[in-house]
Amino acid sequence: MQGVFVRGGGSGAVSAGGGSSTSGGSMSTVSKEDNLVLSSEDSSSCLDESELELGLGLSLGGSGGLGACKVQQGPRDGQYARILTAKDFPYLGSSASASSSSSSSSSASSSSSYSSLSRANVTAGTKRSAESVAAASGASSQVVGWPPIRAYRINSLVNQAKLPATEAFNSLMGKSENSNIVVGNGSNSGCDKNDGNAKEQGRLRASLFVKVNMDGTPIGRKVDLSAHSCYETLAQKLEDMFQISTTIINGENHDVMVGTKRPSRLLDGSSEFVLTYEDKDGDWMLVGDVPWRMFIGSVRRLRIMRTSEANGLDR
Amino acid sequence: MNYFPDEVLEHVFDVVTSHRDRNAVSLVCKLWYRVERFSRQRVFIGNCYAISPQRLIERFPGLKSLTLKGKPHFADFNLVPHDWGGYVQPWIKALARSRIGLEELRLKRMLVSDESLELLSRSFANFKSLVLVSCEGFTTAGLAAIAANWMNYFPDEVLEHVFDVVTSHRDRNAVSLVCKLWYRVERFSRLFIGNCYAISPQRLIERFPGLKSLTLKGKPHFADFNLVPHDWGGYVQPWIKALARSRIGLEELRLKRMLVSDESLELLSRSFANFKSLVLVSCEGFTTAGLAAIAANCRFLRELDLQENEIDDHSGHWLSCFPDTCTSLISLNFACLKGEINLAALERLVARSPNLKSLRLNRAVPLETLQKILMQAPQLADLGTGSYVHDPDSETYNKLKATILKCKSIRNLSGFLEVAPRCLPAFYPICMNLTSLNLSYAAGIHGSELIKLISHCAKLQRLWILDCIGDKGLEVVASTCKELQELRVFPSDPFGVGHAAVTESGLVAISIGCPKLHSVLYFCQQMTNAALMTVAKNCPNFIRFRLCILEPTKPDPSTMQPLDDGFGAIVQSCKQLRRLSMTGLLTDQVFLYIGMYAEQLEMLSIAFAGDSDKGMLYVLNGCKKLRKLEIRDCPFGNVALLRDVGKYETMRSLWMSSCEVTLGGCKTLAKKMPRLNVEIINENDQMELGPEDGQRVDRMYLYRTLVGPRKDAPEFVWTL
Repeated sequence: MQGVFVRGGGSGAVSAGGGSSTSGGSMSTVSKEDNLVLSSEDSSSCLDESELELGLGLSLGGSGGLGACKVQQGPRDGQYARILTAKDFPYLGSSASASSSSSSSSSASSSSSYSSLSRANVTAGTKRSAESVAAASGASSQVVGWPPIRAYRINSLVNQAKLPATEAFNSLMGKSENSNIVVGNGSNSGCDKNDGNAKEQGRLRASLFVKVNMDGTPIGRKVDLSAHSCYETLAQKLEDMFQISTTIINGENHDVMVGTKRPSRLLDGSSEFVLTYEDKDGDWMLVGDVPWRMFIGSVRRLRIMRTSEANGLDR
Repeated sequence: MNYFPDEVLEHVFDVVTSHRDRNAVSLVCKLWYRVERFSRQRVFIGNCYAISPQRLIERFPGLKSLTLKGKPHFADFNLVPHDWGGYVQPWIKALARSRIGLEELRLKRMLVSDESLELLSRSFANFKSLVLVSCEGFTTAGLAAIAANWMNYFPDEVLEHVFDVVTSHRDRNAVSLVCKLWYRVERFSRLFIGNCYAISPQRLIERFPGLKSLTLKGKPHFADFNLVPHDWGGYVQPWIKALARSRIGLEELRLKRMLVSDESLELLSRSFANFKSLVLVSCEGFTTAGLAAIAANCRFLRELDLQENEIDDHSGHWLSCFPDTCTSLISLNFACLKGEINLAALERLVARSPNLKSLRLNRAVPLETLQKILMQAPQLADLGTGSYVHDPDSETYNKLKATILKCKSIRNLSGFLEVAPRCLPAFYPICMNLTSLNLSYAAGIHGSELIKLISHCAKLQRLWILDCIGDKGLEVVASTCKELQELRVFPSDPFGVGHAAVTESGLVAISIGCPKLHSVLYFCQQMTNAALMTVAKNCPNFIRFRLCILEPTKPDPSTMQPLDDGFGAIVQSCKQLRRLSMTGLLTDQVFLYIGMYAEQLEMLSIAFAGDSDKGMLYVLNGCKKLRKLEIRDCPFGNVALLRDVGKYETMRSLWMSSCEVTLGGCKTLAKKMPRLNVEIINENDQMELGPEDGQRVDRMYLYRTLVGPRKDAPEFVWTL
């Protein structure tokens, strides 16, 4: 069986190769694998000489597969851990060092909801890598820049997902409900109401307006969440909007998220205000406690709250 | 015995061309030896250390063509150290000193210095042919020396016409290196700059004063995935300023991943009287106010193409800024705008643009308006619908159906940003004309409607689609679209857990059904080695193969093996592969395959792959044509980075994030290679630029440049 898999692979069909590997390949004896691993470089060079042989790819597949199989079985954990170190440890280290080195007033506890967010991501990532496949696919959203889809496309997908389903339009045309806040209902099918005229609809669907109020400021505003792709820009927009002083700790206190402009005092807790939001269940939460996309899916409105009043909110 | 006089023998020997036969001839007797010696013009030396140059010249003074081989064959696979030997310099020196009339030189696996090439170019007056195979050690400076000493046969006018035929940028670059004259003539009018920091606007203008069309790219590719801070750079303003100041007659500007301000657009619109075409792809920083300036001031505008830009949308009035005299539009794409549009102005604009061929609308344009527009512009070849939502029993929808019947020219269809699937049948009658269909933003079209639509599109060459089509749907594509050349399947729910997505079986079906396929971007839940091998066998013509398994480092689910062999099969059988992106569980083995087989590879994207520095080294040593390499979350460190620093001068850029490279490594590299900008993005302030060279660098971006460190770098970008 082994012999066929490794050398005779040239004559076998692809499916045969796959089949044999499931049955015997992965269970092969260690010594055999060692041989293969040792010779793998040579064999690859030999392969070059017989470049045109049809079976080449398959025999390559056989030997390479088994060689790699060893990698898999032996230092499996080590290998996964490798991915973690590459990705996650610098973040851990950095956020720790950032909070310790920064001479700013930000206390350890409020060392920014932001970095705590990313730390949560890190642990999620850890779990994913070590645990089962199912857990992993859920957590892949936590890796910055992964999957590699243009930010523009993701934003438009997210917008799309939050909008009422259009299938129902045909039958329900004319019955309109003109609420500006189309956010909130995660389930498309449950949200049958549509805006009556198509022009109006186009505008509404392209944007995600939510109300914002600030303690001490009588006039509320609205902000388009679809114009932002992360907390940082949103916070900045709000700071500009409400003219919250943004004297920065000299541009040094950057947080962990990628694609941000400058640190926001609204998010790192160094301001006398904190940014909170009401989620779809009617609970008030601190902004930054869940991934941005989850936030987009559940936010109903925003409130810039005095820090003194914000105690006791869920983090 | 000697029957023949020497002259006759010489002629006889001329007929004997094979090296082996000539060797035999020369062994017959002294005379034959002598005659053969003077008449032998072509010499093949399979090992440059088998004989000395002096001895060769003594024996064959009439030498004209020489073939030399250097390192052992296994050097191709990195089994021989870089500096093992095989220097050509002593050969060229000896040949030059002996005044051999060398005309041809073929070298394989030899170390060739620029100095050698320089000497070569000056020493042999009749030199005709230089062939370098798997050689190293020289730069374009050496080639320039070769080129500069060539002769000029043609008058300028002829050359100019010849050059007009040469359209590829790479060929034109080569042409301009031939000699000073060719260089002067070649200052062509179209220009592509793959990195806006590789050259300064001033220098560009000096060299190409006749510039009419300019393409500029800004941020690194990974900026698309939020890995580059927003304010990293890539400003277009200095370019437009310089072009305007020098009174360049710019007519076309294409920008990708650049920061474009309203001020820039305003300046652009006022500075170039004949400006015709503006294409912005993945740019940001501007608003509809800038677009309004373009619309109002560019009287001869033909093309305004806005693709996937982040635009602050102040109002829809920019469309009404097109003056009534503007009738030249050929292409208008504003699908990425979020806000309202002045529909009446849009209709009027379309009505007075008889040459309009391409029109892509945004969400704010409803189906009624689409119907009116199509009435006015049945000549459209490229249509992107906006909000395609209406009651299929209504009068409006019936009118649209009748209108679409007349739009027989439509070849490209896209849009459906909002969609009522029951309205789709209106397009069925023209589906058989379509060569390109982009439904990748049409999240509202699901399984069966999607399949029904596609089953009408038999002539599709390009299909972009969401993965809600499913494996079954891809089978329909495979059986319907026999002409398919490019397929992109995007995830409809990139962060969801596995539902409605496609797998390896969809890709296999496509590879069986679509033999002309050459480009793939495929986001999937899982992939197997067996599937990749089948795909590689069925579609050996891939030039772009980008596969993304949504969960990184996922192995082959049937065997739990890495996907090394599957991707190995792809690079092995797709000889023309130029672009490759890989995901899944991958070890160093896959890079060995890539280095060995991917000879034409120009761009490689790697994430969460490899085990050691070896992986990256295989690629750097093997892929001779590599121009862009981007790596994230791989265990590649200084050893890999610093092994062959000269390689980076042959490349446009290298990106490494979350790898093992340290600050010290980057500093060393920067010091050794002054023509490279080595930039570190220290956005989170993780590092201090001090003596701590052991710190790991989170994000490094290096690129070759003619102008040194850029001056507009933000604080968090350090140029070493």
